Amino acid sequence: MIFNGVVPAGQAGVHTGEVVFNTGMTGYVESLTDPSYAGQILMFTYPLIGNYGVGTQWAESDKIQVSGVIVSEAASRWSHSVADRSLLEWLRSQNIPILMGVDTRALTKHLRVKGTMAGSIGINAIRPKGVLAEQKRVFIESPVLYNEQFSKKVVLVDCGSKKNILRSLLELPVQVKRVPCDYDYTNEAYDGVLLSNGPGDPTDYPATIDNARKALKLGKPTFGICLGSQIMGLAAGAKTYKLKYGHRGHNQPCLETDTTRGFITSQNHGYAIDEASLPKGWFVSFRNLNDQSVEGIAHRTKPFFSVQFHPEACPGPTDTEWLFERFYTSL
Amino acid sequence: MSIKKHPKKVIIFGSGGLRIGQAGEFDYSGSQAIKALKEEGIYTVLINPNIATVQTDDDMADRVYFQPLNVPTVTKILERERPDAVMLSFGGQTALNLGLELYDLGVFKRLAIDVLGTPVPVIKITEDRDLFKKALAEIGTKTARGAVAYDLNEALAAADTIGYPVMLRSGFSLGGLGSGRIDNEAELRQRVGEVMKAVPQVLIEEYLAGWKEVEYEIVRDEGGNTIAVCNMENFDPMGIHTGESIVVAPSQTLTNEKYHHLRQVAITTINHLGIVGECNIQYALNPADGDYRVIEVNARLSRSSALASKATGYPLAFVASKLMLGKRLHELKNSVTGTTSAFYEPALDYIAVKMPRWDLAKLKASDHRIGSEMKSVGEVMAIGRSFPEALQKAVRMLNIGAQGLSIHPYEFADPLDEISRATDRRLFAIYEALKLGKTVVDIHELSQIDTWFLHHIAAIHVMEGRLGSEPLRAGLLRLAKQQGFSDKTIGQIKGSSETQIRKNRLKLGVLPVIKQIDTLAGEFDAETNYLYTTYHGETYDVKPLGKKAVTILGSGPYCIGSSVEFDWCAVNTAKTLAKRGHKTVIINSNPETVSTDFDRSDRLYFEELTLERVQDIADFEQGMGIVVSVGGQIANNLALPLARAKYPILGTPARQIDNAEDRQKFSSMLNRLGVDQPEWQEVTDLKAAKQFARKVGYPLLIRPSYVLSGGAMNVVRTEEELKRYLLEATRLSPDHPVVISRFILNAKELEIDGVAQNGKLLIYAIAEHIENAGVHSGDATVVYPAQRLYLETVRRAKFIARQVVENLNITGPFNIQFIAKDNELKVIECNVRASRSFPFVSKVSGHNFISIATDAMLGIKNDTVYQTLELDHVAVKSPQFSYNRLKGADPVAGVEMASTGEVACFGANLEEAFYTSWLATEQQVVGKNVFISLPDEQKHKFIEEVGLLQADGWKIYTTEGTHDYFERHGVASIKLHKVRDQKEPSVSEAIKDRVFGLMINVPSLAEGNDDAYTIRRLAIDNHVPLLTNAETGRLLLRCLSNPELKHMKPKYWSEYVRGVVVN
Repeated sequence: MIFNGVVPAGQAGVHTGEVVFNTGMTGYVESLTDPSYAGQILMFTYPLIGNYGVGTQWAESDKIQVSGVIVSEAASRWSHSVADRSLLEWLRSQNIPILMGVDTRALTKHLRVKGTMAGSIGINAIRPKGVLAEQKRVFIESPVLYNEQFSKKVVLVDCGSKKNILRSLLELPVQVKRVPCDYDYTNEAYDGVLLSNGPGDPTDYPATIDNARKALKLGKPTFGICLGSQIMGLAAGAKTYKLKYGHRGHNQPCLETDTTRGFITSQNHGYAIDEASLPKGWFVSFRNLNDQSVEGIAHRTKPFFSVQFHPEACPGPTDTEWLFERFYTSL
Repeated sequence: MSIKKHPKKVIIFGSGGLRIGQAGEFDYSGSQAIKALKEEGIYTVLINPNIATVQTDDDMADRVYFQPLNVPTVTKILERERPDAVMLSFGGQTALNLGLELYDLGVFKRLAIDVLGTPVPVIKITEDRDLFKKALAEIGTKTARGAVAYDLNEALAAADTIGYPVMLRSGFSLGGLGSGRIDNEAELRQRVGEVMKAVPQVLIEEYLAGWKEVEYEIVRDEGGNTIAVCNMENFDPMGIHTGESIVVAPSQTLTNEKYHHLRQVAITTINHLGIVGECNIQYALNPADGDYRVIEVNARLSRSSALASKATGYPLAFVASKLMLGKRLHELKNSVTGTTSAFYEPALDYIAVKMPRWDLAKLKASDHRIGSEMKSVGEVMAIGRSFPEALQKAVRMLNIGAQGLSIHPYEFADPLDEISRATDRRLFAIYEALKLGKTVVDIHELSQIDTWFLHHIAAIHVMEGRLGSEPLRAGLLRLAKQQGFSDKTIGQIKGSSETQIRKNRLKLGVLPVIKQIDTLAGEFDAETNYLYTTYHGETYDVKPLGKKAVTILGSGPYCIGSSVEFDWCAVNTAKTLAKRGHKTVIINSNPETVSTDFDRSDRLYFEELTLERVQDIADFEQGMGIVVSVGGQIANNLALPLARAKYPILGTPARQIDNAEDRQKFSSMLNRLGVDQPEWQEVTDLKAAKQFARKVGYPLLIRPSYVLSGGAMNVVRTEEELKRYLLEATRLSPDHPVVISRFILNAKELEIDGVAQNGKLLIYAIAEHIENAGVHSGDATVVYPAQRLYLETVRRAKFIARQVVENLNITGPFNIQFIAKDNELKVIECNVRASRSFPFVSKVSGHNFISIATDAMLGIKNDTVYQTLELDHVAVKSPQFSYNRLKGADPVAGVEMASTGEVACFGANLEEAFYTSWLATEQQVVGKNVFISLPDEQKHKFIEEVGLLQADGWKIYTTEGTHDYFERHGVASIKLHKVRDQKEPSVSEAIKDRVFGLMINVPSLAEGNDDAYTIRRLAIDNHVPLLTNAETGRLLLRCLSNPELKHMKPKYWSEYVRGVVVN
């Protein structure tokens, strides 16, 4: 399929990636810098993107992570008191391609029917070669310590963590050791582990899963977010599978199964935990109200819990911020 | 299921007649509530005197009371019905205030009636400015700095503390009544004095000039699950009431951080307050630093929630009703997708633009500035995939003669002044300023409107320039269409015609595509029939319906003369078509309607009612025909152009519609038939007009042809007036000549509403006006069946109707208006379409005229003989005015329609029906003091009534002339000085002191009188019931002295009308 659009002057070459769509109506800066989108071409279903410009303080990592952007209209004239550049200027400064003027609704429906697929952006339409494998990426080289004044110590396993996960942790009176995803922390002294979000297929993170398995044996509080949730599931012995077109948006309703309280959540994931494969002792703690998929798992007796959505928001609703508090009290 | 309450019988309060600040949106919300309750097997009773609504149809509530929404009547109904519960949230501020009163009086407690949804103490917190500020402060939610005042001194003190300018707001009111920017102490004294006549408290607040205005629609269940269904951003910053603002959904200039911060504040606040069901929360947002203030929370369905519902596709009122019964959000399904949960926040993949519709020109003498009080009478909503596309669509939807921003009917002496001090045409002033070379920054500085919006308007201006200078190739044409330019506009720029541009456009393959509104931005498959068109796209979301489809043109925006009754007609047409096995397509642009609910048709196009768009849709759907006769004048005016373009029109041939609309052709026909009509002449210059005047004498009625509700119609009494008015009217409508006719005094007016098939009359209803001729039929008090007509008159009217119907070969609905004097009958006009009174005559006669008309248009044979002349009951339809919203407007009904809505009530006789109906227009008489001031020609008519009143213990107050006349005829009255005498005791002081329970002030036909105007205006501003018509005035006085009317027992509809209304 070819979807027509226009590219800015000066944008050359063919850019490929797995094409995914996000239904959020705000938060393009946060999404484009979300490491979970690394290597993907992100399409926004909301047609007007870039309205309030770009302020780098809204970024969720140090750079734009996507490999391409598709929109209906990218604002050339933006308006906001603290932004300092337009979306197009920002993309250009980091050599990120964009395709504009696309019938994004048609493309969304195409992806919904056919599933997430590889795509390319370019002046000449080129069929992308094969299926692009999403790749694990390394986001930090070596551990970093934060808030050393506190005695309680949390290990943040960074598979591509959004800044706001770190920020949310740092609002708590805990010391944080942020470690690369393959780093083995299980022989160190710590009070809890947070497995972060990140791009790609969770099974591409064997070392991370191994470490998590060891951590679970140690019985210390463990909290997984998004990819981290899948890794926790895999470590516990469950299986994961790829969703047809994923959940990416800010309006995903999730029900906490034991309280029947509902929350609107921010999501960005292409994989999910297979409920049937959950080992004994574990249960589904959150469920998606639209397709009944697993949105969180927890252990019945031990302090292990994870969520598939993003309690740290940015972008999206802040309904589940309290999960960080819950993690803290379990320490 | 977690249903805690199991009410078996629930009473829903409606909102009464449409008025400024409270319009058709409550027909939508009430209808959804009834549907939601019925689905649960609950017996529903509705109290609403608004007979033109869909919610009062016989397939809606189990029982309907067409009764006043006041404490005495509703108490009687509650005592009679003994419901388990009531719902207060679906009838606007009227229902809410009524509920609060009944609660305070202990009525609910005494009768053991539950209030469903938000508990009354919580509603009180949201309504009482003082309690509200305190409650929000408890959780650190910011409200505007200010203080609540219960008297003038407190208000002055508060203003001194804050410093002028300040914002004045009133508690317990709708549409921002009485609120506004106050610049100094004198202004504050005057305004507080006025406002406190109507409400117990006012709020003096910091004036947040230039802040953005943002609102969220919040839904919460009893378990505390809370969602923000929609947020909206106002184009117009703080200072302009949100009902007066252009509004976009979703917000456009809010960052993710701000969007979700305000969302979180909303959820926290609503949880803290404990609202159950639906509410909206309004914010002021400082664009410079992101600081915010909560302005207010409306703990009920509102105009904004209706808009949010239509903008997102989320059935807010339906879901709110279920939650009020104790259900939880996650237990409900998204009725658009049918599969996903109702517990979600819609994701839009389009932009919706709401634009207010004003009618200030028709409401003469009122100020054109807009501010924190509502003046608009309706609104439109446009959907597109870019802001310019939706914005220019919305402008066309308004039906104000504007083809977009570039072609509009206004002339500006000083556009910059109208930008900085906003008027109803500020949007066009902005465009004109750009044309004059002003920049976006200039305009932003004057208006504080966000530059994001202004840049888009500037882009439209640039496109206009390109269209003028570049050849019209496919690329440019597509860009222009994406910016919302109509074929007609492009034609005008290019010196070509709409038809030619369309032809070229189709040849170049530049076509709009049709997209669905599915609430989830395409994420899930949805079988939704809710559609719009856009030029930003390549593929269609739906396939044509084909030959089985019938397209119904809806009403467009509500304005004076076109209101909820045409929505009723459209909905009932669709209902009948569906019953006959047809697929229905509705096109409408008005978010305050039931016809735009997604389950009222097989396809709903939220679109412009313009020739271009109707053609686009008809070309795509390839249906069997278009119904143009049930949507009022906008739809009717499309008949001829659509027929010329070879589109099939169902019902009366378009040529015949034109024969009725075109005065010359219609008059020739009447002459041919030997049917009398008031002398008239079409004139194009002043000379001819003067000649005609000399021939027939003054007063004269002047009107341009092809108008609805007498727009630009007027009565002139002298040559000077004739001259002045003609110039004005001619300028208003350059394409159409002006018609002058003799204005007949002291005559009765009657109307026939009917349905015909192939020129044969199938059913008709004869109704009479209580007022003498000269009051616009939309402002008249109408009695059906007619009570005081000679049999000969009735026979003659029917005979004429048959002739007209036959000669125009009518198939479908029609309405003929007559004037009757001394047994002579003259035809004033004929509309070959459904009229305003169709729902009224249908619900009173027990025969659904629209259903019969639809069958007639489908060619279904109908031999039924209908009994519509003699009924066992009488019903009276009364106009609802909104003069208290329109500073300075003279509250006198005339040939120019001014009412914004209507109500109708039943009775065993005329007085019973009239009195109930009058009360239902939000009137009440307190005490037994009446002020009467009459012109000489009317004085003698009142002697009998005034005598009766006096015998009943009433005190009569008069001014000199009336006093002396009454005295001579044996009626004593208390004489007051006129305003201009500047002596006490004066009428004006008595009004301000609220001495009178009722005022009757009939203007003289002979001359204008400033003093009388001042009295009328004072009455309105001080909330004293006022009648300005001699006939209704006399009738009301009779009612007031009739002891039987004090003990009326409210009856429900089917106690009067047994027949089934929709067949």
